[in-house]
Amino acid sequence: MSAIQDSFKNVMDWVDARLPVTETYEKHLSKYYAPKNFNFWYFFGVLAVVVLVNQLLTGIWLTMSYVPSAEGAFASVEYIMRDVEYGWMLRYMHSTGASAFFLVVYLHMFRGLAYGSYQKPRELIWILGMLIYVALMAEGFFGYLLPWGNMSFWAGQVIVSLAGAIPVVGADLATWVRGDFNISGITLNRFFALHVVLIPLVLIVLVFLHILALHEVGSNNPDGVDIKKDLDEDGKPVDGIPFHPAYTIGHDLPAIVGFLFLFCIVMFYYPDGGGYLIEHPNYEPANPLKTPDLIAPVWYYTPFYSMLRAATFPLFGLDAKFWGLVVMAGAIALPAVLPWLDKSPVKSIRYKGMGSKIFLFVFIVSFFILGYLGVQHPTPVRTLIAQICTAIYFGYFLLMPWYTSVEKTKPVPDRVTMR
Amino acid sequence: MRSHAMRMLLAIFLILPSLSYAAGGEASYPLDAMEPDVSDQESLQRGAQTFVNYCLGCHGMSYQRYVRTADDLGIPHELMMEEMVFDPAGRIGDHMSSSMSVQNAKQWFGSVPPDLTMYTMLKGGPEYFYTYMRVFYEDTKRPFGVNNLLFENVGMPHPLVAVQGLARKVCKQIPKLAANGGEMRDPLSGEPITEELCGDELVDRGYSPLEIVEGSGTLSVDEYDQLIYDLTNFLYYTSDPSRLERERIGIYVLLFLAFFFVFTYMLGREYTKEFH
Repeated sequence: MSAIQDSFKNVMDWVDARLPVTETYEKHLSKYYAPKNFNFWYFFGVLAVVVLVNQLLTGIWLTMSYVPSAEGAFASVEYIMRDVEYGWMLRYMHSTGASAFFLVVYLHMFRGLAYGSYQKPRELIWILGMLIYVALMAEGFFGYLLPWGNMSFWAGQVIVSLAGAIPVVGADLATWVRGDFNISGITLNRFFALHVVLIPLVLIVLVFLHILALHEVGSNNPDGVDIKKDLDEDGKPVDGIPFHPAYTIGHDLPAIVGFLFLFCIVMFYYPDGGGYLIEHPNYEPANPLKTPDLIAPVWYYTPFYSMLRAATFPLFGLDAKFWGLVVMAGAIALPAVLPWLDKSPVKSIRYKGMGSKIFLFVFIVSFFILGYLGVQHPTPVRTLIAQICTAIYFGYFLLMPWYTSVEKTKPVPDRVTMR
Repeated sequence: MRSHAMRMLLAIFLILPSLSYAAGGEASYPLDAMEPDVSDQESLQRGAQTFVNYCLGCHGMSYQRYVRTADDLGIPHELMMEEMVFDPAGRIGDHMSSSMSVQNAKQWFGSVPPDLTMYTMLKGGPEYFYTYMRVFYEDTKRPFGVNNLLFENVGMPHPLVAVQGLARKVCKQIPKLAANGGEMRDPLSGEPITEELCGDELVDRGYSPLEIVEGSGTLSVDEYDQLIYDLTNFLYYTSDPSRLERERIGIYVLLFLAFFFVFTYMLGREYTKEFH
């Protein structure tokens, strides 16, 4: 061993005796064995981390020039766009990143649904993931008010007013959330605090726990086969390959570059996404006296917004708006109990029966339809379609104990398959 | 306090249904196509000139600076100061704000004229403004003597009326349509059979219901269209000046990523071979 290697080893020994650096590196990277049959759907976890880092970094730099006040917010965003060196790039990376975050998270969640990644022993990973998703929705909502454009104002107005639909305490609750009788500079300042301090901290902690829980039980795979059953003489899974470098360099790095390519096409050439990523009314400052023609949330909330609007009739003496809130909150919360709804003996959709396949397909189609309806003006026909799709959404989860237990599953292979 | 909150809530309940259905107000007149070209510096310069001469009196560009305009449009700073900065105390780094006060604006026009920095984006694209500026017409019932096909009863006078000329709503003789959608022709002479249509009927058939009063403007219809094209182009540029730089460097970023992808892909393949 050369002198340099010797001294490096001495330094590492000294550090390892005080902080488990080498141990952590091995446990989570070089000796974390992931199933070797990962496919396309396994890119989105790492891409979510990439986007999270993008949001944190660009967010920090945006905060350096942003003015969180009703008087200064809108102008400070334009100051960033025009006067700050490469400020437009920071802002577009952040605004495009918000949509990209939801895109990769939705695909990541779909992967979990399809391959049964929520099943035992990964229930906590799934629940932590759902908490991340809720935190992400909150982060997006608080952040959307900050440019103080007219759509920022009215979207905030509509969503906060939902709290007002809760019986007895609703109106006071909405006032308490806003800190005012209307969305105002006070609301803006507290949303700013939540957006740049509280929720990011919560997100980072949740992501850390999500990954920690994953590395405790190991990754699922497209076959849903447990790779820890088959160990070689060194105690390594036969069908496992080390996360680093086999997946980091072999699988994820080209995926990240490919993803950045698509990301940059949007960021450099279609940053407003035709009004779907940055909505047109947000090009003028918040104006409480001027309501936009159509108040629609950004695309990633639209399926749930459709479900909110799908509740059109009062029930038990409570008005429709309250039930809309209940439906929407239920739709967001329900997937968290998925691990206990799936009674199937197999994990992956590859080996599940026809019932699971049909329900998953219809569920995804309904989710897309709800997403589309969320940006349209409601008409009686569209509302009816939204109601049907909402029923399908809930049916996918609530009927799962039934259709997963009666359907005929296919035999699961002993070892993972490469296809 | 509670009653205030209740009233607020009630207001939202009353407003919500109307939000969900398209609010009226602005008439539905078809928008003309407009393909902006921010690489055409001469067009942008002409547009900037029209803007400061005809618009800036009432409409500001509160987020756009003279110096940025000068640099992006290739206008020397001295020329900019001489020809476009009208405030004697103005400086090249100032925002292109209007000198009209809010108080005066409300008194004279009933409301503050909108800021034009990002107006084309606010309207979802340059087509709205391009059409709007070309469909003013004479309406003696309006305080400024003009109305607008795209924005019914707009509170704005037609600042370019002396240039465009005064447009009047007219009825026109246009070819009559047969049941199969073709134009009807006289079977003997082969001449088209026409009918007189007015107003919305003309719009539905794709004809303008307006006609310029002969000799009332200094520009021809084509010249005026070009003037408004340049002005719209300039407004499209100011809505996001980063577009120029963004679209230029975007190509290099994408080229780099494409090359980098090839290398990372090939490297990844070597690793995959080793581990599988």
